[in-house]
Amino acid sequence: MSDITITITDREGTTHEIQAPTDMAMNLMEVVRSFELAEEGTIGVCGGMAMCASCQCYIRSGHELPEMSPDEDLMLAEAFYVEDNSRLGCQIPITPDLDGLEVELAPES
Amino acid sequence: MIKTDILIIGAGPTGLFTVFEAGLLKLRCHLIDALPQPGGQCSEIYPKKPIYDIPAYPEILAGELTEKLLEQCKQFQPGFTLGERADTIDAQEDGTFIVTTNRGTKHQAPVVAIAGGLGSFEPRKPPIPDIANFEDKGVEYMIREPEVYRDKNVVIAGGGDSALDWSIFLTDVAKSVTLIHRRNEFRGALDSVDKVQELKNEGKITLITPAEVKGIIGNDHVTGVEVHQSGEAPFVLETDHFIPLFGLAPKLGPIANWGLEIEKNAIKVNNALDYQTNIPGIYAIGDVNTYPGKLKLILCGFHEATLMCQSAYKRIHPDKKYVMKYTTVGGVQGFDGTKKEAPKAVVKKIE
Repeated sequence: MSDITITITDREGTTHEIQAPTDMAMNLMEVVRSFELAEEGTIGVCGGMAMCASCQCYIRSGHELPEMSPDEDLMLAEAFYVEDNSRLGCQIPITPDLDGLEVELAPES
Repeated sequence: MIKTDILIIGAGPTGLFTVFEAGLLKLRCHLIDALPQPGGQCSEIYPKKPIYDIPAYPEILAGELTEKLLEQCKQFQPGFTLGERADTIDAQEDGTFIVTTNRGTKHQAPVVAIAGGLGSFEPRKPPIPDIANFEDKGVEYMIREPEVYRDKNVVIAGGGDSALDWSIFLTDVAKSVTLIHRRNEFRGALDSVDKVQELKNEGKITLITPAEVKGIIGNDHVTGVEVHQSGEAPFVLETDHFIPLFGLAPKLGPIANWGLEIEKNAIKVNNALDYQTNIPGIYAIGDVNTYPGKLKLILCGFHEATLMCQSAYKRIHPDKKYVMKYTTVGGVQGFDGTKKEAPKAVVKKIE
């Protein structure tokens, strides 16, 4: 299976270009954790249930992403530092059409 | 002073199962948790969500798991200090430890087991300029004493259960209640949403949505908040209290200053033996610890708790000989006088 390239800007502002697998049923939050781009315990706190917003990120590229579920939408409604391009990383599965995706991690809150 | 054999910091699944394993060894436990109820993340974050990897349970709700763990350990009569955060630990000359909570409750034990998960749950504080200067001067992140709000004007922000429930509750206490949320939809239980709708229709709750509080006004106490409502010019709403209720997030907190070796927001332990930390007598089990190959799974926490209790026993009773007994063989003798045991075989002669 092929990997895709994702550009992730961490909370310190450093940009990382990483290769993410599309065949491991991973989501964007898990990719960030597997490459240790955010401190353990500060991301994916709820484990990926769209219940904590610790994996909030800003989508910087024009990729078409899966539609937001009501869970994600309402969690973002209570998150901080939310922008129009905010999403929860745990709700974005890594698929081949996300090749070239550019994201920035939202501040810890 | 509360005295016990094993003082457990954290009443999540790992902490609760520790009570059972310790009880089999006739060791008593007391648990401290910052949350007002036992269960940790399972009861606070996802009580209605299913878990599929608890051995022998093809599916169990997190809330149900908590209930069953409480049921399983209840004959060992654990003590609880709930709604208080373990703040300091002091090693005593006799080898015991004294742990004091943020409310000053003191606990003494020869063994401390930190089963703190991702840390203690603290209210999430919205990034509003100067909000820290108004804490306890009109800004409260949780409601401890509802009477404080009697005949006051109160603004609550948030869209979950606690924002809805407290808005409902305070209509009977406060002079006015205003609920502000960034969406028209709320995440809370349907009953609560309906109730708020009803109170809004009766004029008892003012609802401002979709809107956000972006500033706090006042000198030495809150006198108003600056509200940004979608499509409107920002305006000031006069109020005596502003209560942001945006849920809780776990923080390792004061445990980080206990002199324990910390790595990646977790406590390093010896996993080859007994999950002891760098301080003898202090153990770390469950999601709060780290070691090579660590997995943050409830079932791993159960295993770690079991081995930790064996080590705790040896520490508390260094001279006693001990062999592990299967519960099927030895039964379970509660501290409350109850006894569970396998039924005796019936022997009957065939004539």
